[in-house]
Amino acid sequence: MKFTKDHEWLRVEGDLVVVGITEHAATQLGDVVFVELPEIETMVAEGDEVCVIESVKAASDILAPLDGEIVEVNEKLVDNPSLVNEDPMGAAWFFKMRLDDLSALDALMDEDEYADLIG
Amino acid sequence: MTEDLLHLGLHDLHLSLGGRMVPFAGYEMPVQYPSGVMKEHLHTRAAAGLFDVSHMGQVILRPKSTMQNLCLAFEALMPVDVLGVLTGRQRYGMFTNEQGGILDDLMFANRGDHLFVVVNASCKVADIAHMRQHLSDEAAVITVTDRALLALQGPAAEAALARHLPEVAAMRFMDSRILIWREHEVWVSRSGYTGEDGFEISISDAAALEFANALLAEPLVQPIGLGARDSLRLEAGLCLYGHDIDLTTSPVEAALTWAIQKSRRSGGDRVAGFPGAEIILEQLDNGTERRRVGLRPEGRAPMREGTLLFDLGGTPVGTVTSGGFGPSVDAPVAMGYVAESFATPGTQLLGEVRGKRLPVVVAPLPFHPTTYKR
Repeated sequence: MKFTKDHEWLRVEGDLVVVGITEHAATQLGDVVFVELPEIETMVAEGDEVCVIESVKAASDILAPLDGEIVEVNEKLVDNPSLVNEDPMGAAWFFKMRLDDLSALDALMDEDEYADLIG
Repeated sequence: MTEDLLHLGLHDLHLSLGGRMVPFAGYEMPVQYPSGVMKEHLHTRAAAGLFDVSHMGQVILRPKSTMQNLCLAFEALMPVDVLGVLTGRQRYGMFTNEQGGILDDLMFANRGDHLFVVVNASCKVADIAHMRQHLSDEAAVITVTDRALLALQGPAAEAALARHLPEVAAMRFMDSRILIWREHEVWVSRSGYTGEDGFEISISDAAALEFANALLAEPLVQPIGLGARDSLRLEAGLCLYGHDIDLTTSPVEAALTWAIQKSRRSGGDRVAGFPGAEIILEQLDNGTERRRVGLRPEGRAPMREGTLLFDLGGTPVGTVTSGGFGPSVDAPVAMGYVAESFATPGTQLLGEVRGKRLPVVVAPLPFHPTTYKR
């Protein structure tokens, strides 16, 4: 599993990567009450705002972690946003994307590096 | 972040309870505890929540001549009947300015030989100066700086508090009493700002920790942070000063006309005689151009403060002043100001969220029924 400084995780699944937010991010956000997902078959660039996530406290964006195409989204989050708090690292994945360059993953943090980041 | 922020007397208690501290009105305040805003909100509605609201201003007005003269002087600052508040009773009020705007909203109690006033933290310095400027002929304005203020709110509040202060069971909504707990004087009112039955309790700093711990030891009492306080008051349709009401909103526009008693209105025996009376009375008689209303977004996306509102034809008609998710309603809820012709419940509007105009309907307040023990 790889991690970004924006507290997203990426898990390779065949030729796709699955993207979600970390346990740390979910805790910081608090109770999630609304999730807006991107359209599938959208080409995104690293840093693009692709999802909106609203907690009881505030709205935040989820950014595209790398360049690529959104190929699948987790509709379960729309009906049950609290899944993000219950299982952020598993069932509450946000979207799957096909990276332009799978090797771009190498530049992201591994679990130890991410653990250091959040202290 | 913590520079120059004041600490509450119970700061260490909040840390030991796992409170996440944030800056609010010049204080470092617990926004939530480990269970989180949603669970804290629902717990308050189902059982009882303990809130530390010691940041608020507590003020005693002691008459220099008679209580009657003090009450009349206080009435000169508010479109509210002060004289008619009986001993042991509390009332909601608001200081107005010459433009009919609201300087602050507040609670005051008649405690027989003086008035006890509770004002918002963010306004307390200005409020105290305002009272000193206008009341000094009739009152000693005494700021209370050595007492914590706690709120115990929810259906289990009465039973939990009555185990420590049995007299509270006989109090009804907006009663105010001075009681004794373990030799400490406690100032109790049956009120709060959640829409639930409950109490606000002022207690000396010296005894506050012991008292808070006694309440937290009650099985149905949990500590509740500012986050849930905000969602609870929003569901109850209650205004937050600086958001839903401010210098630019009159009490009539703010739909607070229920707080303006007959005696201060046209035809009343003490009509006018408060700042902005001409404007406020004219609005009471002839209506206003805009009004505070409840708003129910039809989708799941919250419409937060600042969200612009449009009619179905795309003409701007107002703005959201408070908005978020209502845990008890299980849907987004908001309040805002709309042009008078769009203020009728059921009116369909659009709210602009991240560039998209989403359906929202004008709704009656409160969103969640209040359970005051009248």
